[in-house]
Amino acid sequence: MSEEILDKKTALGLYRKMVQIRKFEEKLYYLFQTRPMPGSMHQYNGEEAVAVGICAHLDRQDYITSTHRGHGHCIAKGADIKAIMAEMFAKSTGCCRGMGGSMHIADFSVGMLGANAIVGAGIPIAVGAAWSSQYRKTKQVAVAFFGDGAANEGAFHEALNLAAVWKLPVVFVCENNLYGFSTHYRRVTAIDAIADRASAYGIPGVTVDGMDIIAVYNAAKIAVLRARSGKGPTLIECRTYRYMGHSRFEKAAYRTAKELEEWKKRDPIAAFRRYLIGTLTVEKTKIDAIDRESAEQVEKAVQFAENSPDPDDYKKYIFA
Amino acid sequence: MQAKKIVEALNQALREEMQRDERVVLLGEDIAVFGGAYRVTEGLLDLFGEDRVKDTPISETAIIGASIGAAMTGLRPVAEIQFNDFLTCAMDQICNQAAKTRFMLGGQVTIPMVIRAPYGATGRAAQHSQSLEAWFMHTPGLKVVMPSTPYDAKGLLKTAIRDDNPVMFFEHKLLYGAASPGGTAKTAVDELDESFTPAPDEEYTVEFGKADIKRSGKDVTIVATGYMVHKSLMAAARLSADTGIDCEIIDPRSLVPLDTKTIINSIEKTGRLVIASEDVLSCGISAEISAIAAEQAFFYLDAPIKRVAVPDTPIPFAPIMEQAVIPQTDSIINAVFETVTGSSSG
Repeated sequence: MSEEILDKKTALGLYRKMVQIRKFEEKLYYLFQTRPMPGSMHQYNGEEAVAVGICAHLDRQDYITSTHRGHGHCIAKGADIKAIMAEMFAKSTGCCRGMGGSMHIADFSVGMLGANAIVGAGIPIAVGAAWSSQYRKTKQVAVAFFGDGAANEGAFHEALNLAAVWKLPVVFVCENNLYGFSTHYRRVTAIDAIADRASAYGIPGVTVDGMDIIAVYNAAKIAVLRARSGKGPTLIECRTYRYMGHSRFEKAAYRTAKELEEWKKRDPIAAFRRYLIGTLTVEKTKIDAIDRESAEQVEKAVQFAENSPDPDDYKKYIFA
Repeated sequence: MQAKKIVEALNQALREEMQRDERVVLLGEDIAVFGGAYRVTEGLLDLFGEDRVKDTPISETAIIGASIGAAMTGLRPVAEIQFNDFLTCAMDQICNQAAKTRFMLGGQVTIPMVIRAPYGATGRAAQHSQSLEAWFMHTPGLKVVMPSTPYDAKGLLKTAIRDDNPVMFFEHKLLYGAASPGGTAKTAVDELDESFTPAPDEEYTVEFGKADIKRSGKDVTIVATGYMVHKSLMAAARLSADTGIDCEIIDPRSLVPLDTKTIINSIEKTGRLVIASEDVLSCGISAEISAIAAEQAFFYLDAPIKRVAVPDTPIPFAPIMEQAVIPQTDSIINAVFETVTGSSSG
């Protein structure tokens, strides 16, 4: 854990968001195991500190674009968990009215411009949102979340260059969870630190421990401030790990049990819990209450989704 | 002053819309300082400044992606892709993102953006000569527009900019009117008569989904787009003078939405259908219009439908070969003759 001391209120807010994401993902896994669920999913367990640490510096009107592994980003940005769950159930009350599902969850009312099933595709879209903010002089910041795999897409390079040239208020957040589906990033990426690519575009790049929420929080603070004050983009690489397989029940046989266990020892939520109790002297009962409330919130979301009607029209969404 | 060339008509449309609505912004390669490879954005940088007329890197994915992000968040970008062949470099952003995002997000967002792209063969070989409109008709969520006159170009572009959906706007290079980076370029405009209707210097729009009957006739319906409208008009004039065959020429103007009603009504009147387009035959716009006619106008047809389009080949460089594969006035005359007489004019 980084040495920085957070104030209790902020810290508990971060903790609550991370737990909400974890409980949401755990419940979803259980649902997929125990009943027919539509579609697939890509789970965020293990990476919670990234979404939460970054979004902690964003206002409601700021923008994010996300990835196929987007549940965490959506929750961290403040989207309604009920609406996300209902979308997982393909219900008409879902945030996308059952038209998008897990890989397209979005909530424009909180600036969440969409998860995306095409690797890297959200990056230039975030750049466009940042351009819009710059043009309208609203000081809104855009964040593009993407994985280590996306950093090898052309969209990444085009978007970083354009954002740098136009000095746009955008933060590029690479969630390096080491694997693009089954392939270790070092088998397909010529350099160790993806953040080093920032220098090719004349912008700052930093690699942080993505399992340490305070490290992410501190890096994001600087990058978001830089963006908001008109100094241009930053690339933040967060070293993290996905606990689950790539998708649905994929078993991740390409990595060792030992590797997974090593990373789990550094679980961002458990570590932050220890920090809350040890360093910030938060009472354990208070933390337990957050855990319990988050689980209840997810249960309520499931009930809401179950009791919601199916969609009955798709045609009205094709054109505005 | 009225615009007698499409390049001037488009410039007028952009200028008027930018004056009317400050959310309208332009981006693309070489469009600001240089004024655009085909001069469509000439003078707009001086009028509207660098915030609204933006040169971009040669990054088609970023151009379209940035347009989408901007459109989602309150702007109305008009992106220029220098040649429609380069749309291929941004296909994900166009077809997976711009076209589908509103749908996938359950209607949460509108994406009001225009992608302008020059098309058509002008002696630059297979990567600068295509007519790719059919690809985008095949992607629900995109509107597809192809003007054939300065009047339509201005009115349709203004409609495109005001539309809340992504619009693919295809501009034929030979109809621009001799505009090119070097000063003058090949143009077909000088050969065109009053059918190349000028754009008045005043406010008007041309609605999507309303085909224009460019020539009324009773014997054969010709559905044509872009430059093919004018080749069809020339063909009709010669057919009328030489054979008395009276062609009706329908320019759909927008392919999505497509005014099938006007086409069907015309077939009901003439009993014969020729489709002339500059895209390739297979799965092209002529295939789609043929299918619509077969489904909805079968019993009005007195003869097989004829399609005049580029055969399934990349466009060759050699001018003589390019001219051989691009539909010409004679190809249209032959097709009309065949559908009327059941035999070729040779």
